[in-house]
Amino acid sequence: MIRIENLSKTFYDENNNNIEALKNVNLEINEGEIFGIIGLSGAGKSTLIRCINRLEEPTQGKIYIQGEDITVYDKENLRNLRKNIGMIFQHFNLFSQKTVYKNIAFPLELEGLSKDEIEKRVDTLLEYVGLEDKKYAYPSQLSGGQKQRVAIARALANNPKILLSDEGTSALDPKTTKSILDLLRRTRDEFGLTIVLITHQMEVIKDICDRVAIIENGEIIEINTVEELFKNPRTKTAHEFISRIKSDITEEIIEPNESSATIVRLGYTGENAKKPIVSRMVKNFDIEVNILSGDINRLIKTSVGHLILEIQGEDEEINKAINYLISNNVNVEVM
Amino acid sequence: MADLIIPALLQTIYMVFFSTLFSLLLGFPMGILLVITEKNGIWEKKQLNKILNGIINALRSFPFIILMILLFPLSKLIIGKTIGTTATIVPLSIAAAPFVARVIESSLKEIDKGIIESSLAMGCSVPEIIFKVLIPESLPSLVLDVTTTIINIIGYSAMAGAIGGGGLGDVAIRYGLYRFQTDVMVVAVIVIIILVQGIQFVGNRLSTKLNKK
Repeated sequence: MIRIENLSKTFYDENNNNIEALKNVNLEINEGEIFGIIGLSGAGKSTLIRCINRLEEPTQGKIYIQGEDITVYDKENLRNLRKNIGMIFQHFNLFSQKTVYKNIAFPLELEGLSKDEIEKRVDTLLEYVGLEDKKYAYPSQLSGGQKQRVAIARALANNPKILLSDEGTSALDPKTTKSILDLLRRTRDEFGLTIVLITHQMEVIKDICDRVAIIENGEIIEINTVEELFKNPRTKTAHEFISRIKSDITEEIIEPNESSATIVRLGYTGENAKKPIVSRMVKNFDIEVNILSGDINRLIKTSVGHLILEIQGEDEEINKAINYLISNNVNVEVM
Repeated sequence: MADLIIPALLQTIYMVFFSTLFSLLLGFPMGILLVITEKNGIWEKKQLNKILNGIINALRSFPFIILMILLFPLSKLIIGKTIGTTATIVPLSIAAAPFVARVIESSLKEIDKGIIESSLAMGCSVPEIIFKVLIPESLPSLVLDVTTTIINIIGYSAMAGAIGGGGLGDVAIRYGLYRFQTDVMVVAVIVIIILVQGIQFVGNRLSTKLNKK
């Protein structure tokens, strides 16, 4: 659906120093997918998502949407493209002097639809986002969550194929975030929309994304399914993002007894968790096991758990035990 | 007294009305151009922006009386004479236009950048952004700009009186200053004060009523 090839973006400041916001980014986003891009502020994620509808002009590289290279589009084509890509923002960006109705009607008016058609469509959208009673309210009279619902309705007005979310839930409280994420997932499920979202919150990735790309210093350092990312993060940054999500638990890690003991971190998915793997390991091998920490993260399709174990015993026995775990599809990382 | 003040008041209103109208016609597009052509504007044109800024700053540097005298030939060309209420509209409009451009510019710049960005993301063209986003979003602020402009022009028009422009300023100077009729001067000034207060009051009310933010 969206293919990004060798995309680079360089900014120049007043002293003509160049800042490489994006370095040779390659991404492929599938149709109907909710694709998350996570990174710290300044990592370049905002620049990246803005390149997709060319709010930011790429310095180099190609972006293909449904097979067409949009980096060569002229103004006219670009405007038509943008009408088919909805976008929502962290601060909602609603028209403050227009009613909810007028805000949602805006893209339809640009299309030159008749008043009746507009009214019908806006009413449908209002019902869809659950704000029928706010039709004639102004944005200043709405809560953050309601504003984002209006913004989503406005972004969906033209039946776009793609929805971009630029930190769409970052200004909302956790409960509202959940409800907005639910709404986004519902739009994907019902309309087959492709959603690209950027965020710095791992919770958002965990809650709705199918796949995720981690961006750091303008480079994509890891692309993974969300399940794999939680089970077996490949990069240090991925680790950090995951550990932040459960910071309350990691604090409770018990200090290991002996410095000589082997500490392992096990990652297992839903099906594995049902088998008594750890218990069998203890029975089969001559080792002592002490649980230091554990957690479970519920993802869309499955849940991913982690156990941090301290294993004591002969090196040979420990190695056998670890191999046993690996043969049972448990991800083992010796810490 | 009334036969002096009432015709003068009407002259002032006439001068101010048309000067405001023409200064808006001249200044409003300049204000919009200033905003859209600036760096990272929706129609970035650095050279044009520099030239516009230069013209506006130069025009605003002139003391009004000097500008008025300099513009006598232009008044002559447009109106056919250099003295009188109608002739004064020319320099008044031109003097106020760069002021209008600046206040409009600052009002338009108050609009959240995110709103412009989301309009672009919806596929708006530059004219669509100007007429459907910039102007409606800053309307309450623009109403106050017009109010300030009118009051400024009232002030200028009083000065214009000094060189034969007519109006309340003219009466205040001719009768109050040159003929020592302090009472006429006082009344003329009071009428100007009431005019200014009234316009400010209406402008504030309208702006508040319009603002949905």
